[in-house]
Amino acid sequence: MAIAPRLPAVIADRASLVFLASLAALALAAPILNLAVPESSPLHLSSYAVGLIGKYLCYAMLAVAVDFIWGFCGILSLGHAAFFALGGYAMGMYLMRQIGPRGVYGHPILPDFMVFLNWTELPWFWYGFDQFWFALVMVALVPGALAFVFGWLAFRSRVTGVYLSIITQALTYALMLAFFRNDMGFGGNNGFTDFKDLLGFDLQSDATRSSLLVATAVALGASYWTCRAVLASRAGRVLRAIRDAESRTRFLGYRVDAYKLWVFVLSAVLAGVAGALYVPQVGIINPGEFEPINSIEVVIWVAVGGRGTLYGAAAGAVLVNYAKTYFTGALPELWLYALGAMFVGFTILLPHGLAGVLPRRSGGR
Amino acid sequence: MTGDNPARGPSGRRDAWREKREAAIRRQPSVLRGDVLYLQHLTVSFDGFKALDDLTLHVDPGELLCVIGPNGAGKTTMMDVVTGKTRPDEGTVWFGNEINLLALSEPEIVQVGIGRKFQKPTVFDFLTVFENLELALAGEKAFWHTVFARLRPRQRERIDEVLETTGLASQRDGQAGTLAHGQKQWLEIGMLLMQDPKLLLVDEPVAGMTPQETERTGELLLSLAGQHSVVVVEHDMEFVRAIANRVAVLHEGRVLAEGNMDAVQGDPRVIEVYLGA
Repeated sequence: MAIAPRLPAVIADRASLVFLASLAALALAAPILNLAVPESSPLHLSSYAVGLIGKYLCYAMLAVAVDFIWGFCGILSLGHAAFFALGGYAMGMYLMRQIGPRGVYGHPILPDFMVFLNWTELPWFWYGFDQFWFALVMVALVPGALAFVFGWLAFRSRVTGVYLSIITQALTYALMLAFFRNDMGFGGNNGFTDFKDLLGFDLQSDATRSSLLVATAVALGASYWTCRAVLASRAGRVLRAIRDAESRTRFLGYRVDAYKLWVFVLSAVLAGVAGALYVPQVGIINPGEFEPINSIEVVIWVAVGGRGTLYGAAAGAVLVNYAKTYFTGALPELWLYALGAMFVGFTILLPHGLAGVLPRRSGGR
Repeated sequence: MTGDNPARGPSGRRDAWREKREAAIRRQPSVLRGDVLYLQHLTVSFDGFKALDDLTLHVDPGELLCVIGPNGAGKTTMMDVVTGKTRPDEGTVWFGNEINLLALSEPEIVQVGIGRKFQKPTVFDFLTVFENLELALAGEKAFWHTVFARLRPRQRERIDEVLETTGLASQRDGQAGTLAHGQKQWLEIGMLLMQDPKLLLVDEPVAGMTPQETERTGELLLSLAGQHSVVVVEHDMEFVRAIANRVAVLHEGRVLAEGNMDAVQGDPRVIEVYLGA
């Protein structure tokens, strides 16, 4: 395999090809069925469904980010929803500034919640968020920087396994408490909502919703490709080596902490971008996104889909969230039991998740 | 293979291996070249238990030193100190005249040319034999470098060379997890060789091996002496007799005796604590 003529690794791998092709098909079909097919036709896809698919794709991207570090480097983060939420907040700040004077209080600059708190001027950390490019930079930079600082401290001190998982839970919990405070300047427990438009496009219009879905699919595909490219490189083999025998890898002369740090940062940035795409599609971001349970759910998506495959994680995210949509609508009191049962069932019956059911080449990993 | 007959017993075995041992000594460069490893007055205690107690030992360039001793004599702790895994309470470890190993981190110690083979074979099961060796390549090992690194033809040749040396060429693209126990050990020795180390630390290389595998391992280690200094920690006295030129016997964290195999074997203290048992 190592000596085979080097196709780009993503293309050489059939599962990736199928995954990216179905993603492209979805990104093409959903807007057409929504915008071009008349509402009377049975093939018409409702705007509600478009929003839902877009949301699932954001979750899928978050799941890919988690699987990238958990499945291939053994870092079980139970705090990835924090990075997702931070990316979402960065995008939310831009969307709040876009509202401009159209808020309930009609203040030309200050978002409604600041007027409500009797603030007279914009806090310094809100500067620049009227610019889309600035918000985009922050979407990647804020989760990335937090992951860098957190990871630098944790990995350098060789915090691994369950201890790392616990402090990632603490991280997301601490952020939740902080964001609940009105004084933080992020809207307290109400967070941000009532968004109007993005780059001048009305967020309620079908065309904008479809475009966001396509953008999410592209971002998911790009994340997938990036992760695959890293995993296909020598660095990817080092990551798997770290996962399977960390101290052995260290004795080969690899700076295990640096490897973990970089993939953790990359994963956090991907999670942040997913969060940024999520917020305009669901129309709200609040501190509830930092709830520790959210991060744990992500791990369940990955486990259900199949850890260590990336595409399995994405599929697991979509499937579990579809089940969640169904259950919380039809039998809301049963959802958490269903989630728990799914996790237990998959762990016992299908330890490799849905992806483990697929026929694999020998030596699949 | 030497075709020596195990029925000839221990001394027969030692004779049969004489030629290889002497060849290894002939390859040994003069003491002025290469780096000597000096361990001086090392003390390591774990909760009051002295794993090493004022241990002093040196390893000459290109020599093959066997370290023996009963369980708990401090053999593994000694390796841990040299590779930076354990920090001693007292004592110094110098590699040559310039490198103070106690001041270096584990990866840095690898970079200055000290490789270690662990007791339990820990190859990377989910990678192929080739990929295992690739990861062990000497050179730049930073994350951003390895993301974009491609194997140069010379590196590829070097990997193939090591595959030949260790007799694993036919397993090249198989998963390391599917190798037999002995083959895993050779792969691990191969991984050490990829780093072009000046000093190889080999922990119990023949534990759990079949006689054929043991013999092959002995040949492999002897073929390495000369280009590399090799320290072998081993329980199997048969094996040590066959390959050793110089032996150090550890007991309760100190060097009880050192010298050539025959002298050490005749030492009454050694007979009492170890060989006689």
